Amino acid sequence: MPQISQLAETFSSQIVWLLVFFAITYFIVGRGMVPRVMDTMDRRSKQIADDISAAHAAREQADKEEEAWRARENENRARAQALISEAKAEAAAKSEKKIAAAQKRLDKKLEEADERIAASRKDALEEIETVATDATQDIVARLAGIKVAKPAAKSAVKESLANG
Amino acid sequence: MYQFTIKPLFGTEEWELGSTGVNIAFTNSALWMMITTIAVIAFVQMGTKQQMIPGRWQVAVESLTSFIDNLVQSSIGAQGRKYIPYVFTLFIFILFGNLLGLLPLGVLGVHPFTFTSHFTVTGVLAVISFSIVLLVGFWKHGFKFFTLFVPHGTPIFMAPLIAVVEFISFMVRPFSLALRLFVAMMAGHILLEVLASFVVSGGLAGLGFGAIVSLPSMLLMIVICALELLVAGIQAYVFALLTALYINDAENLH
Repeated sequence: MPQISQLAETFSSQIVWLLVFFAITYFIVGRGMVPRVMDTMDRRSKQIADDISAAHAAREQADKEEEAWRARENENRARAQALISEAKAEAAAKSEKKIAAAQKRLDKKLEEADERIAASRKDALEEIETVATDATQDIVARLAGIKVAKPAAKSAVKESLANG
Repeated sequence: MYQFTIKPLFGTEEWELGSTGVNIAFTNSALWMMITTIAVIAFVQMGTKQQMIPGRWQVAVESLTSFIDNLVQSSIGAQGRKYIPYVFTLFIFILFGNLLGLLPLGVLGVHPFTFTSHFTVTGVLAVISFSIVLLVGFWKHGFKFFTLFVPHGTPIFMAPLIAVVEFISFMVRPFSLALRLFVAMMAGHILLEVLASFVVSGGLAGLGFGAIVSLPSMLLMIVICALELLVAGIQAYVFALLTALYINDAENLH
């Protein structure tokens, strides 16, 4: 076995060269390159984490904005609804007022007309009375030859009109 | 056993350290350590483009680093991050050493050398890991580090016995760490070598022997090659995992 039979003559060379090359590998690769490789990996995973959290934040922001928009939308809708109903009420009130005014006017006219009718009737009745009184005086004078006084004829006509 | 032989590539004369008699000849083993180092650097270099959307090589390197990262984080915890460079280097150095040693370059006349099949090499790596455990343990906890040998809930009259057992198991760690890798690598390579010699000698013995011996051996070799690739990865993983667990002992004291 060369490992043992050559031990005495080769061990120093083996140890020295191993130390030399292992040290070279350690300092160049282990100390120089591995930290850089791991640094790259760290940066990558950090960037991925950052990107993910940024995406999360963006989504949250979008959600919040949507929420705000919805609230604003609802508010606007409510305001519009209020405006509409207000306008409706206003219009109704106005038309009611107008209708009431017109009604009043109409009532007044009707009353006046009634009054006028009543006055005309009264006039007409008086006329009839006068005519009837004259006629009565005339008839009585022609038939009985009696001259009836005007007030007596008038009261008789009135009586018979009231009974008639 | 020839595949485990260490051969100085440029002679051994001018490679003495001063006049101490310590020879550090540049051998085939050292050459393959160098190739491993270059391959590791080239591989990891492709993962350092720092692109946000990684390419294939970057993904390969990144999955390897995050694998070691997970291993260290799960066994040591959050404060284990400072050991990642060491554990990663250990893992990838052993992994590449194992895999490069398995390359079938013998076909081209170049014989790959698996330096992880030498306990001098695995021993040094184990000693480094063990030293880190000791240094971290005594640095962080001082003499309280010795309470590592008395686990929680030990009855007081059992403590001396338990401490001895724990101490022995603690001191055995570097040996088990080194021997596990060395034995696994050597066993795999010897198995492949034995099967390959069956294939060759069976073929040389004639057509009948070739059919009976060489063909099954060849098939077995193919399967065992796949197994060896797995073992190469697993042994590197085990070495890194155990190092992380031992460092955890020193870092957190149970």
